[in-house]
Amino acid sequence: MAVLVVAEITDGALSMDATAKAVTAARPLGDVTVLCIGSLARAAAGEAATISGVARVLCAENALYGHRLAEPVAALIVSLAGEYAHIVAPATTDAKNILPRVAALLDVMVLTDVTAVVDADTFVRPVYAGNAMQTVRSKDEKKVITFRTSTFEAAGTGDPVTIDDVAAADAPGLSEWLEDRVAESDRPELTSAKIVVSGGRGVGSEENFAIIEALADKLGAAVGASRAAVDSGFAPNDWQVGQTGKVVAPDLYVACGISGAIQHLAGMKDSKIIVAINKDEEAPIFQVADYGLVADLFQAVPELTEKL
Amino acid sequence: MKVLVPVKRVIDYNVKVRVKADGSGVDLANVKMSMNPFDEIAVEEAIRLKEAGKASDVIVVSIGVKQAQETLRTALAMGADRAILVVAADDVHTDIEPLAVAKILAAIVKEEDPGLVICGKQAIDNDLNATGQMLAALTGFAQATNANTLAVEDGAAVVAREVDGGLQTIKVTLPAIVTTDLRLNEPRYASLPNIMKAKKKPLDEKTAADYGVDVSPRLDIVSTAEPAARTAGIKVESVDELVSKLKDAGVV
Ligand SMILES: Cc1cc2nc3c(=O)[nH]c(=O)nc-3n(C[C@H](O)[C@H](O)[C@H](O)COP(=O)(O)OP(=O)(O)OC[C@H]3O[C@@H](n4cnc5c(N)ncnc54)[C@H](O)[C@@H]3O)c2cc1C
Ligand SMILES: Nc1ncnc2c1ncn2[C@@H]1O[C@H](COP(=O)(O)O)[C@@H](O)[C@H]1O
Repeated sequence: MAVLVVAEITDGALSMDATAKAVTAARPLGDVTVLCIGSLARAAAGEAATISGVARVLCAENALYGHRLAEPVAALIVSLAGEYAHIVAPATTDAKNILPRVAALLDVMVLTDVTAVVDADTFVRPVYAGNAMQTVRSKDEKKVITFRTSTFEAAGTGDPVTIDDVAAADAPGLSEWLEDRVAESDRPELTSAKIVVSGGRGVGSEENFAIIEALADKLGAAVGASRAAVDSGFAPNDWQVGQTGKVVAPDLYVACGISGAIQHLAGMKDSKIIVAINKDEEAPIFQVADYGLVADLFQAVPELTEKL
Repeated sequence: MKVLVPVKRVIDYNVKVRVKADGSGVDLANVKMSMNPFDEIAVEEAIRLKEAGKASDVIVVSIGVKQAQETLRTALAMGADRAILVVAADDVHTDIEPLAVAKILAAIVKEEDPGLVICGKQAIDNDLNATGQMLAALTGFAQATNANTLAVEDGAAVVAREVDGGLQTIKVTLPAIVTTDLRLNEPRYASLPNIMKAKKKPLDEKTAADYGVDVSPRLDIVSTAEPAARTAGIKVESVDELVSKLKDAGVV
């Protein structure tokens, strides 16, 4: 059977990492077609065509699909759904916006944040903030799935496959894009970074976050935050790691001034090595930390930055 | 304009979840249950729209076991005007899937004709993040998920959405489905007098069959297991020791 992988594309640029991970997850399910959607999608399609294991690429380049509004994009995917038993994507905010809409239009359930494929009908996904892993078997004829990227390796690249254009579908015209507020950064992207340095409420202010960022820059790391740090305005929303934020599994995760609430752990406990710096030796973060340092972060973090 | 807010009764976010030894699910008997936190935010937002004169009635709906009545009373105590309980299960361990929930909600939307439906972005039990988008599909309405801010004006809603790259602002034609993110507002606590008053507010009881919706699951739960456990490591005494451990581990 065939699988349709919806590529992650932002303003014309392919997210190679997220898309290649979804391809890895999709491979056992059948022949992989990658669908590239955007007002600019051709360059992304060209790149997607080099991902190993991809049989074919479809390119839907049309002004309708700028900013990937849910209504037109879902309508397009549904128009192409016929020949695919599985319609899948990496579990980004973009795909989580669109795929449940696709599923309901097809009258099937959606499986979000899947971490393992058992067989063509059976999948594993975390529930209750990752406190339980549920294995579910779908009775639906078509399966609509988002894959949690932190648990799959990215597929490699090779010779490009063919790219076919697909026509735009009807667009309901119910929504309109107004603005993006995106911070430009030279740092690696949070969900694909090898090292993540995160700050929590203990960091105390937006200005103080500079010491977290200095350590991150020394390590070539991405910066993350707890919900408390985001809610308090110390850090932007897209830095939130956790059950309802981003899920990361880097080689090294450094948690500074983070207590280790279950909702935060849900987003980082699969990291290879966890370091916790916290002045409270009872903080639950120490229960998952490989290396715990009971210390004031205002001393320990700059010292660490200096000594690395 | 009516505002419809679906609220789900879920395990309280502070409770440590226990997987049952036989792998049949998690233990929900005798644990504290609460309103899904994202739904508290949704109720708060709806009440604020009413207070600002942009909404007339706030109607809350819950689908599940009879005990969801308590969740609805909480929403009424916060300031919602009336409630609809759709009984669709008798065992507290039965979770009604988003597709079935969305179908029931779509039927209620048809009856009530709200200008806006505000859902939570995600139920913290199944962590699916699907119902709002599915309801939008079934009603054919626009959707604005992960709302960080919401402004209603002239038949449209302007919503700043929390997305992976930051914030995206879109304008959706009403009626529309909005789902809440954590930063939309800080929900109020119900005062004692309001809790008393809420007991007298109307609460209609329905069943899934009243809406002609089949709630049987599409996904069979094969098993529920504990996640791989992480063992605690060691405490280091100094930054120097930490640096040498990280170097030994080869991560820096
Ligand atoms: C529906 C819902 C969803 C949620 N989703 C998420 C999510 O996705 N991600 C998330 O992170 N949280 C989430 N939360 C919130 C979570 O429950 C916690 O409230 C949050 O993670 C706490 O953040 P924190 O550890 O930074 O703050 P706190 O728990 O307040 O901890 C601060 C820590 O800093 C330490 N500290 C203070 N000063 C210093 C210092 N000078 N040096 C060293 N240490 C210091 C303290 O000892 C303390 O341990 C969610 C909650 C709910 C209800
Ligand atoms: N059984 C239910 N009853 C009422 N509302 C629900 C129910 N299930 C889901 N919802 C709504 O849909 C949102 C998202 O839930 P979910 O798609 O299950 O993650 C919740 O925050 C609620 O607003």
